[in-house]
Amino acid sequence: MTFLLTEDQEMLRDTAMAFARDEMPVTRLRQLRDSGANGVDAETRQKLAELGFFGVIIPDEPGGEHFGLVGLGQVLEAQGRTLAPTPVLQTALIAASALQLGGSAEQQAEWLPKIAGGETSFALALDETAHFNPLGVATEAESNGQGYTLNGMKRFVPDAHHAEMLIVVARTFGEAGDRHGLTLFMVPADAKGVSVQALNSVDSHGAAHVVLEDVMVPGTAIIGAVDKGADVLEPVLDRAAIGQAAEMLGSADAAFEMTLEYLNNRKQFGQLIGSFQSLQHRAAKMFTELELTRSCVAAALAAVDDGKSNVAELASLAKARAGELIHLVSNECVQMHGGIGMTDDADPGLYMKRARVQEALYGSASWHRDRYARLAGY
Amino acid sequence: MAYDESVDLEQFRAETREWLEENCPPSMRTPMKDDEIVWGGKREKFKNPEAKLWLERMGEKGWTSPEWPAKYGGGGLTRAQNRVLQEELRRIKARPALFSFGLWMFGPALLEFGNEEQKLRFIPDIVKGKTRWCQGYSEPGAGSDLADLQTRCEDKGDHYLINGQKVWTSYADKADWIFCLVRTDTSVKHEGISFILFDMESPGVEARPIQLISGESPFCETFFSDVKVPKDQLVGDVNGGWQIAKRLLQFERSSISAGGFGGTGGSGILGPEEYAKMHIGTDNEGRLIDGDLRGRITDHKMYAKAFNLTVQRQAEQAKAGQQVGHTASILKYGAAKMNQDRHELLVEALGTEGLGWEGEGFDPSAKKVTRQWLRSKGNSIEGGTSEINLNVISKRVLGLKDHK
Repeated sequence: MTFLLTEDQEMLRDTAMAFARDEMPVTRLRQLRDSGANGVDAETRQKLAELGFFGVIIPDEPGGEHFGLVGLGQVLEAQGRTLAPTPVLQTALIAASALQLGGSAEQQAEWLPKIAGGETSFALALDETAHFNPLGVATEAESNGQGYTLNGMKRFVPDAHHAEMLIVVARTFGEAGDRHGLTLFMVPADAKGVSVQALNSVDSHGAAHVVLEDVMVPGTAIIGAVDKGADVLEPVLDRAAIGQAAEMLGSADAAFEMTLEYLNNRKQFGQLIGSFQSLQHRAAKMFTELELTRSCVAAALAAVDDGKSNVAELASLAKARAGELIHLVSNECVQMHGGIGMTDDADPGLYMKRARVQEALYGSASWHRDRYARLAGY
Repeated sequence: MAYDESVDLEQFRAETREWLEENCPPSMRTPMKDDEIVWGGKREKFKNPEAKLWLERMGEKGWTSPEWPAKYGGGGLTRAQNRVLQEELRRIKARPALFSFGLWMFGPALLEFGNEEQKLRFIPDIVKGKTRWCQGYSEPGAGSDLADLQTRCEDKGDHYLINGQKVWTSYADKADWIFCLVRTDTSVKHEGISFILFDMESPGVEARPIQLISGESPFCETFFSDVKVPKDQLVGDVNGGWQIAKRLLQFERSSISAGGFGGTGGSGILGPEEYAKMHIGTDNEGRLIDGDLRGRITDHKMYAKAFNLTVQRQAEQAKAGQQVGHTASILKYGAAKMNQDRHELLVEALGTEGLGWEGEGFDPSAKKVTRQWLRSKGNSIEGGTSEINLNVISKRVLGLKDHK
């Protein structure tokens, strides 16, 4: 394993950072929010597609070279810096990984190029309660002779309010809580019986509840094996958690820089507030946490590309630490900005709002701490 | 023909492996025992005779300090060769031949600031473990504000005369020589400090061990009354000692953060989760019954993992020639926090088993935990307090300004 980027990955990082800064700054999120777009940004999606950001882990030819999850992590970190709402995590990471890990040759040939080209966007419809609980899926998929009939409800699905395709996790066997019996289905978002209720979320990225009512899908829509969806879902969710952590690292980094900038400019009592030791020490601790978390994210991304056996452990490490980091940094960002930090005009609040959503997705810090302990046997 | 370093390295690896096979004694390939650590110097007893042999052989090769120049007794290896050597040492689980402030702190500073004569005189005996050095830095009135030190050093024409007191001098009672910060000008602060070396057997030197809350006495109060020091033992310029002092502190902080504050190697101490399983118990899924303690142990273990990954990341970046900033302070701060948290959890998980002091009735490893828990409180004080480290991070790394 290495913590260093290849030359290609370094170039990708530079491009992604420049794009986030120039084309989707925080003001873009504000525009989308104030115009009621609810995080849907077709123009940016098009530009991301042109840059090839949807195909970072997808080779041109099967078995060919790509930038790896390490590469995709750079793109996600960049968009985290400016809180940009994009379909990259759901589509370029989650859907692409699910197809790569569990898709048939036909499915891969059909969908991976569409993902890479930015033609089709996906959303993973998983959770059914207010907390991340992948094995808790109760949505039913009943065999109907020609295929399956889906019934159930998915809550707070990121990107489901604008995705063309859904990956629905449903139960073909057993009951909520069982690992065996889960199956992954690809369902067009406009299929008969699918209703999407868009949600206005605190981070202005939007999301949707998805109701599935007698939705008929053919057997060819299944990713992986019937009842054995968890074999695909679990590694996909580890990657999702790692990708989400990379995005959070970017957000934390940017919020920290903003804080530092303020400490170096704002004066009180005739002094820069950054000269007060109580603030200096808190800034130094935040920086230490940031550096430690950066190492965790980098190690987790690299472990996936290297096919290491400890991906789950590192995914939990990265996501849990990123969760703690982003709350620490975004809250301190508001506090150290004082009254300005409480205003809608200033950016700190946007980072704090987004932090809550980031933490809830793909397992909270507490969920991942619990799993980390289980993996370590105590 | 183009030079191919990898060919040379493979040959070096083969030779190294063969040499280690022949020269590393069997007991030196077993986990280190606390009482068999070799600190060298004139008074080293070598509890294990094979440790003596191992030090002599490694010292002869210069491999206690592989990258130091061969003309001073060092190994003269390139960075890449040293990596191979360390890999081969790890492969056979070889113990370090020598623990030494000379190797970790003083030697690197002397190589950078000493004159040729001083290097030739002092470095070879550090490499071979013949001289054990101690560090005369802190004083009763100069702790975190180290530059406020008052130990006087007067120029008496053909020698210097030293009067004053140092404190927290690690193992001063066991050391042969001291590298010492002294005041050569009382009219200025940082610019009046010099860096000087002298024999601990010089008349007028007295070291008294200080008993700590853990019951151990690794530190001393060290007194100097009219100690005469030859003039060629001052390093660098008169009044130029502060630069050397700061550089040496960096070496000290990185050696602390690289080695950490002790670990579990060979000491028989288990992780907090193991003690918790033993003394608190688990549910039918193997989870600790005490969910709150379980969460806090996990927090700590994650911090430790993140810390170790950061050490690796920075080593890789440094190797690749990337800027890693003032990382020594970050790691020193983190290492202290990590070790203290770990020992708090260990004692907590042990319950009353962790409350023994001495005598029968307690597991010996648990008694060791108790002592180490107390000792660990010094981790955020020694080598620069955590508060000083946070000052360094905020000012030098983050660029925050001084209070006016």
